[in-house]
Amino acid sequence: MLKISDLHKSYPIGDSSLHVLKGINLSVESGEMVAIMGSSGSGKSTLLNIIGILDEADSGVYILDGVEIKNLTEKKAAVYRNKFLGFIFQSFNLINYKNAIENVALPLYYQGLKRKERQKKALFHLGKVGLADWADHLPSELSGGQKQRVAIARALAANPKLLLADEPTGALDTQTSYEIMAFLQQLNDEGKTLLIVTHEEDIAAMCKRVVRLRDGVILEDKNVEQVRASQYV
Amino acid sequence: MIRFLFDRDTWQEVWDSLGKNKLRSVLTMVGVWWGILLLIGLLGSAKGIENAFNRLFGDFATNSVFIWGQSTSKPFKGFQEGKIVRLSLSDAKRIEENIEGVDFVVPRNQNQGFASRKMFSGNFSIAGDYPMLDFVQKKNLLKGRFINQNDINENKKTAVISENVYMQLFDKDENAIGQYIQVNGINFTVIGVFEESNINMGPSSDMHIPFSTFQQIFKQGDKIGWMMITGKPEYDIKQIEADAKLLLKNLNKIHPEDKRAFGSVNLGDAFSKITGFLKGMQFLTWFVGIATLIAGVFAIGGILLITVKERTKEIGVRRALGATPYEVKRQIVVEAVFLTIIAGLMGIISGGWILIVIDSQFGQGEEATFVNASVSISIVFIPLIILVVLGTLIGLIPAFKATSIKPIEALREE
Repeated sequence: MLKISDLHKSYPIGDSSLHVLKGINLSVESGEMVAIMGSSGSGKSTLLNIIGILDEADSGVYILDGVEIKNLTEKKAAVYRNKFLGFIFQSFNLINYKNAIENVALPLYYQGLKRKERQKKALFHLGKVGLADWADHLPSELSGGQKQRVAIARALAANPKLLLADEPTGALDTQTSYEIMAFLQQLNDEGKTLLIVTHEEDIAAMCKRVVRLRDGVILEDKNVEQVRASQYV
Repeated sequence: MIRFLFDRDTWQEVWDSLGKNKLRSVLTMVGVWWGILLLIGLLGSAKGIENAFNRLFGDFATNSVFIWGQSTSKPFKGFQEGKIVRLSLSDAKRIEENIEGVDFVVPRNQNQGFASRKMFSGNFSIAGDYPMLDFVQKKNLLKGRFINQNDINENKKTAVISENVYMQLFDKDENAIGQYIQVNGINFTVIGVFEESNINMGPSSDMHIPFSTFQQIFKQGDKIGWMMITGKPEYDIKQIEADAKLLLKNLNKIHPEDKRAFGSVNLGDAFSKITGFLKGMQFLTWFVGIATLIAGVFAIGGILLITVKERTKEIGVRRALGATPYEVKRQIVVEAVFLTIIAGLMGIISGGWILIVIDSQFGQGEEATFVNASVSISIVFIPLIILVVLGTLIGLIPAFKATSIKPIEALREE
């Protein structure tokens, strides 16, 4: 699914530069559910951004679904993001003046789908996250958990190969967090590949594999016994 | 791009994003709305004044000057300073024959006279005129006709009286045509009644009688009061005036440098000053209007720029979901153009309303300040096209600003 080798990234800070990623090697197979862990400043968000084609590495190789991601134009990057990737954010990042179904349909709009088809697909995915009845509600009328589920439906809408979640439960209480995790596990059971950035141990334990980063290098990369979130729900 | 403009989704997006903050959208449009409103209102008013002016001067040959004799200010060829100068018919004839560009010369005489009929009487100014007067100073006849050549040739005792004279000498609704009135004891037949004009070239006259008849009654010989000289349209009336005066000085043995010997009023000169003023006003209107429009469009650009900053996150999300920079730019430009056009159209409509109000308040009746205050449709298109072009250009600024922020920066959690 994705293969990263000897990835380096540094950010300029004033006259010097901050070396954030110092040679990352990582490969993820299709169907995996990977937690990327680390304290703040460990480089986990930077790694996720590079994987998400939101940022570019200074050196190293990144192959996504057989395509080398390198020196992309903004246009091409946009097309790849749309086709390969689904994003889930900590603060949901729903567009606040669009209702649930319109938010879910947005990636389909950028795919150039016809309106009717978009609506149909969006409603299907909203149904999958159990919010078909909330299709006409604005984000402000939804709870945190519901917002995140709309965001997940939106990430799923374009049928991406890889779901990237940046602290998906960071803004939610424990109970809701587990609900969201149970849902993500279910998606993984259905075959979706997930990459989840988190700093919470319990969330990481619900994945199948945990990659620990510290100071820009991978400290530990091991498969774990998945804790099913559904038992807490 | 064309397909994009006719795509319902495009407008749904525009509508959503503008409708999201109605107050902001409305405030954004105020500048352009105001600019167009000013432009339409001012242009229409200027046109109204011009129309009113043309109506006022429509009855006159504007390329004309009138000259009368005064008294000399310099001794010349044995004559003392202060000699009274009087023009004569032969002067008029010589001018008509010798000055280049003269269309015609109309000699006129005027005096005070006592007119009476039955129980009614009054003192009026009586002018001796040629039929040609009607060419240079069109008489608006309510009834009857003006003096004709036959009246002149036969020294007929006919009179064309003003509405005012009619009201003083006749009963209400009485038919004046063919009736006799006495002027200085002599019977005259009324042949016409004219409406008094708001503007007169020279002294106004209450009554016109044939020039030849006037000469007899007032014993004027071939002396005339003043003459009206009309120039052909392609000739400069100021030059004609100067040439005519020089000729008159020569004929009357007056020092060529004498500035007091002849008085004159140059209507062409005055008229061109006023048309020049109207032109200036129109230019000013365009200048102010377009400048206000530009300011308005810049205001839209400025507010969209702020909006883009507010929408950084949204734009970042859209790009993470697969919007290309081109799609983001296009969206913002369309929003800018849409706002400017809507504001422009509203400005045109409310400008039209203002012109309707002006027309109903100041545009009615004979002495209206604004006659048919209006702007033609083709003129309206000019600011509209300017708006579309400026709106597009100004929309590009926030559009490029929006895509200059990398999605990763836009999405950074606070």
